[in-house]
Amino acid sequence: MEKNIILAGVGGQGILSIAFVIDNAALDAGFHFKQAEVHGMAQRGGAVQSNLRYGDSEIYSDIIPTGSADLILSIEPLEVLRYWHFLRPGGWVVTSITPYVNIPDYPETDELLTELAAFDNIVMVDTAHIAKAAGNLRAQNMAAVGAASELLDFSEDQLLGFVEKLFARKGEKMVAVNQRAFKYGRAAGLFFRGLVDGGMPRLAAIKLSAKLAAETIDPEHAGAWAEALGADENKLETVLAEKEAVACDQAAAFA
Amino acid sequence: MKREILLGDEAIGLGAIHSGMSGIYGYPGTPSTEIFEYVQRVTKADGDIHAFWSTNEKVAYEEALGMSWAGKRALVCMKHVGLNVAADAFMNSAVTGTNGGLVLAVADDPGMHSSQNEQDSRFFAQFALIPCFEPRNQQECYDMMFEAFEMSEELSVPVMVRLVTRIAHSRAGVATRDRRPQNELDPSKEIKKWTLLPSNARVQYKHLTDKQPELLRRAEESTHNELRLAGKSGVLVCGLADNYLYENLESDHDLSILSIRQYPLPAGKVRELVDHVDELLVLEDGYPLVENMVRGLFGLVGVRVKGRMTGEIPRTGELNPDIVREALGLPALPTAHAPQTELANRPPALCKGCPHTDSFRALNEALNIFDNPQVFSDIGCYTLAALPPLEAVHSCVAMGASIGMAAGAAHAGYSPAVAAIGDSTFSHGGITPLLSAVQQHVNLNILVLDNSTVGMTGLQRSMSTGQTLDQIILGTGIEEDHFRIIEPTPRNHEANIEVMREELAYDGPSVIVARRACIEALKHGIS
Repeated sequence: MEKNIILAGVGGQGILSIAFVIDNAALDAGFHFKQAEVHGMAQRGGAVQSNLRYGDSEIYSDIIPTGSADLILSIEPLEVLRYWHFLRPGGWVVTSITPYVNIPDYPETDELLTELAAFDNIVMVDTAHIAKAAGNLRAQNMAAVGAASELLDFSEDQLLGFVEKLFARKGEKMVAVNQRAFKYGRAAGLFFRGLVDGGMPRLAAIKLSAKLAAETIDPEHAGAWAEALGADENKLETVLAEKEAVACDQAAAFA
Repeated sequence: MKREILLGDEAIGLGAIHSGMSGIYGYPGTPSTEIFEYVQRVTKADGDIHAFWSTNEKVAYEEALGMSWAGKRALVCMKHVGLNVAADAFMNSAVTGTNGGLVLAVADDPGMHSSQNEQDSRFFAQFALIPCFEPRNQQECYDMMFEAFEMSEELSVPVMVRLVTRIAHSRAGVATRDRRPQNELDPSKEIKKWTLLPSNARVQYKHLTDKQPELLRRAEESTHNELRLAGKSGVLVCGLADNYLYENLESDHDLSILSIRQYPLPAGKVRELVDHVDELLVLEDGYPLVENMVRGLFGLVGVRVKGRMTGEIPRTGELNPDIVREALGLPALPTAHAPQTELANRPPALCKGCPHTDSFRALNEALNIFDNPQVFSDIGCYTLAALPPLEAVHSCVAMGASIGMAAGAAHAGYSPAVAAIGDSTFSHGGITPLLSAVQQHVNLNILVLDNSTVGMTGLQRSMSTGQTLDQIILGTGIEEDHFRIIEPTPRNHEANIEVMREELAYDGPSVIVARRACIEALKHGIS
């Protein structure tokens, strides 16, 4: 077994915190691992990435070869495009849909998300929505790693333990917020996959996910939503037209 | 066995601590900064290791040499271009030799992720006639520190450990050992050894050259230099390039391979490899140093040597597994998606609310009365002002070079000759050119951007900020009327332009200090 992950985002978004959680889980599980990161100039609001590799036999290169990444985990949608030629056939993308716009030529968000949604193996999550519900907008990185956690080789509890270790210094409240973001992110990732597996188009699935109250999202209900809305845009519009966030167990009301 | 997650840099730092180091010296510079920061962080509570940033790499090197003279072990760390600054002390320390172990950890930056060039420090090791270790992974970063300190004390030579960005800034689990106690204070009594008057220096230099066969013998016998003879196609691979090679090889490959991680170059092993193969690919993350040594001026008879000089490997830039794969003649791996073309770049930028932005907005406007004015700049966050939207500075060469270059341009008749330099860069390399310019009464204008910290490398302590900075500047003999202090804020914009215009109009040296704390530092409660 070998897992190659490209962590992507913008300087300051907390990629290295994601790396900390997975690195520690990998070490704890007795895996070999290497994790290369970017320091210095690029951190000042520039595109940053980290190459994280673990497996049960020796890892040689600190950099992931082109065509060898199993997963791109991005806290920012545009940043996926920068790295996805590294993805092996059958590899996955897990990405936030929240743009970080600090450049004048940032593409139109709708076009960007449409381009991403055309990719088969993608999980899209609204990390801003989730992090806000968890109690701190800065916890988007933990929401993203939560959404990807199903594709990693560790139990949820193992990973949550290292989220705790990472934030322990900052007090119980920050630990709780970040663990919540992780859990909501995990649920949102699985929910998104459930919707898509149930036949919903990916763009519709992410729009619906963003409309649901993040703390209520439960992958158990994905089937019901997929059945209720299917590919019917009008039905989706009805949900999106709701004034308040919709609880995840209310699929039947929109069937 | 205990395993810790460490960056290559941190593994160097911990290896030094566990080797019984008593002092670490350095000046911040990507990708070397984390060596020092790690040691500072983990030894702070005990306080038994001297860890205080130096004003520049030369000072750091001399302090480390002094600690070695006193019989204790010292680590001095810097980035590759920092070694240029320290080169005087470095080269001569090879001639004096050491007392307590002296190890230089130098981090090169192939690909120039955060640097002005990609010079290869192995040349410096060769130049100074000292041994060099080149770790390929984090564990070796840690382990080689023990060997390096031992060798330094045993043979009385400084020892270099050469890193590259990719190992400096990559983490892995590292198995650690027990900590060796520090050396007792035991100052050197060999006065002549340390006093490089020509008569002594000739003797010392002879000692150094006499050590070379022993250094070579050790490299030949080193387990870090492994030769595995197989087929007629050979690879000579240095340092972490080894990883890129093995990343691409199947277990049943038939290549003859010599891996090198300890210098001087083990000529005997190279000879064995060369005699065995028909063609030889040389892989090194840096300059084609070994490649050119092996090929010589006229090539090897009967063996085709391939590498950066022959196009199999690009002449410049960082190595990676893809480049090595292609050089090995292996097909590219299939990918799930084609590379994106015309993707919007996301370059680094000054932070929102950065004082430098206000300084340069004012400077741009103050200068707009001139035709296409050029501003000499220096190395730090403010170099980002070269990029849009500010495009306020037009040079970045070496630490402190802005002032010297502005002076030279002024000598040539260029006006206005303006230099922009940060407070820490000023202490590093700006004081001496300022003294020169003031004493020569050169017509130049210097903008010192005092944000009270070393911003770009992560908020290290600045040596000359606030009052200290002011006193240094005034101490050069500059006229007090032409030493001005402004606060770069949007509110002061017009007033700051006015101050700049007044000093631009003055025919002589002037210094304007733009003083406002780095907003990142404020956020982190530093400053």
